[in-house]
Amino acid sequence: MSLLTQRSPRSDPGAAPPHDGKRGGRRDRSLLWFALPGVLIVLLFHYVPLLGHVIAFQNYQPFIGIWHSTWAGLDNFAVLFNGDEDFLRALVNTLQLLVIQVVFVFPAPILLALAINSLISERVKMIVQNVLYLPHFLSWVVVVAIFQQMLSNGGLVNVFLRAHDLGTWNIIGNPDLFQALLTSQVIWKDTGWGTILFLAALSRVDTQLYESAAVDGAGRWRQTWHVTLPALRSLVVLLLILRLGDALSVGFEQIILQQPGVGLESSEVLDTYVYNQGLLAGDWGVSAAVGLVKGLIGVVLVLGANKVAHFFGEEGIYRR
Amino acid sequence: MTTPTSDLVVIPGQTPASLPWRAAKSVLLLVCCLLVAVPFFSIAATSLADTKQVNEAGGFVLWPERPTLEAYRAILEGGLVSQALLVSVGVTVVGTALALVSSVTLAYGLSRPGSLGHRPVLMILLFSLLFTPGVIPSYLLIKELGLINSYWSLILPTMVNAFNVIVLRSFFMSIPRDLVDAARIDGARAGQILRSIVIPLSKAAIAVVGLFYAVSYWNAFFNAMLYMNESAKWPMQLVLRTYVVNNAAIGAGEAAASGAALPPSQALQAAILVLSVVPIVVVYPFLQRHLRKGVMIGAVKG
Repeated sequence: MSLLTQRSPRSDPGAAPPHDGKRGGRRDRSLLWFALPGVLIVLLFHYVPLLGHVIAFQNYQPFIGIWHSTWAGLDNFAVLFNGDEDFLRALVNTLQLLVIQVVFVFPAPILLALAINSLISERVKMIVQNVLYLPHFLSWVVVVAIFQQMLSNGGLVNVFLRAHDLGTWNIIGNPDLFQALLTSQVIWKDTGWGTILFLAALSRVDTQLYESAAVDGAGRWRQTWHVTLPALRSLVVLLLILRLGDALSVGFEQIILQQPGVGLESSEVLDTYVYNQGLLAGDWGVSAAVGLVKGLIGVVLVLGANKVAHFFGEEGIYRR
Repeated sequence: MTTPTSDLVVIPGQTPASLPWRAAKSVLLLVCCLLVAVPFFSIAATSLADTKQVNEAGGFVLWPERPTLEAYRAILEGGLVSQALLVSVGVTVVGTALALVSSVTLAYGLSRPGSLGHRPVLMILLFSLLFTPGVIPSYLLIKELGLINSYWSLILPTMVNAFNVIVLRSFFMSIPRDLVDAARIDGARAGQILRSIVIPLSKAAIAVVGLFYAVSYWNAFFNAMLYMNESAKWPMQLVLRTYVVNNAAIGAGEAAASGAALPPSQALQAAILVLSVVPIVVVYPFLQRHLRKGVMIGAVKG
């Protein structure tokens, strides 16, 4: 994973660095003890829950427990194929949101980074960045609350509209506008932060390339097209792959917060379906089955996308 | 760039855009900044406004004409909100401390390729980035562990963030190896090396990771929604969800009103919102400074 482990010993699993001989290995044994508490936490809260997926194959009843519930075979998975309305609605909404987010949310930080990058004054650049990074550090509860406070009936926008006799604009709680609302919240919260990687990549572009392009008669647009954008390509590929792994997650916290206001019809997605069916409606087995399939699809998508990236000569998230 | 027009500053790199384009971009960036700043400002203003002004405006105000701390007084004098503030501060402080200890030691344990068990442990960590455990299985685990309604259910599951550990690890690995080896030859043990060499040299990275943990503990709400059934144990974010997002009525139980009428609900909601944002805004400049140093970027790029 070039993103994470450029310095990791991919190339030297057996052949340790020069002064890590046998003695070194023994001496380094104590390092394992340092890793232990953290690893135990990871194992307990990231890996042990995987065992909980067995209830996807059970008629799980909370008061009987995992150990005594009866087996159901693949019955719980039937919901995926038998045209269950609730499930289909969640699936359709999820896919719609996914398309909307890839089209509108993904390119936003690239455009913003290009705009910030072309600012000449370093001071102004810094102020703009400071302001635009801030929303990333707010919780979804706060972001949703801010949007409601701004756009609800008594919110700033409608207070302004009423004061000028322009009527009111009903946004919050309007199912037709819900997906647009979600998208604008994501853009508001994370576009600024998203520029950070692109700005870093832009700052590494060799400025001589622009100069030679200019000598060759390339105008500003062609410089952007032939120098700037290629410099961002592998980063874009990497981020697209990572997004793909999360393809079926379209903002769980954000949606679950606003669901009571707009109803399930426009807001139910796979993640909320799992939550609502399992924890609220008590249909544990079915909800675990959907969650399991969703997780597996995510892993397959990441690995598949990575293969495709390799095919096109990009590095992807790990090297071959 | 050969011949820049004479009235422009000569900067190396791309040919500057024409003036209208640059003006358009400046306006765009200004609008973006205002879209972020105005809501904050207006919410702070509303939390300070008095009843009369809020009622006249029919909701939100842009500037408090007769600023009053009535709303803050009402929610901070005991009651659910003050309780939630305590819970949030406690969970954040304890959680961040424990998270830092376990993440720093884990990163240190992984900082020497070739040491015993290095590879499997690293793989365990990295693969945890590829998938999330899922709501239902996580809930079952917490239930089996008997942590429902326990503050530990808010602290333990998010104590080790693989990404943060990778950041620390790559920082530890950039410490010159000779330094560590020299200390070893002088007879220092791994623990002493961590304390007296690795940690002092990585203060900046540890500070950033600590701030990241603190922000995520402060902001966490979903675990509390899943695992905390008693409203007396709710953290701030859950209170915010109930009384601001879901618009539950704020009554005497939530804001200890001393007989007098409560301030308008808009002001109370705005005050709750301000209180849950203030810690973030306070630590933000520190985060900012380190981000500028490129600690995170350097780490992200390996």
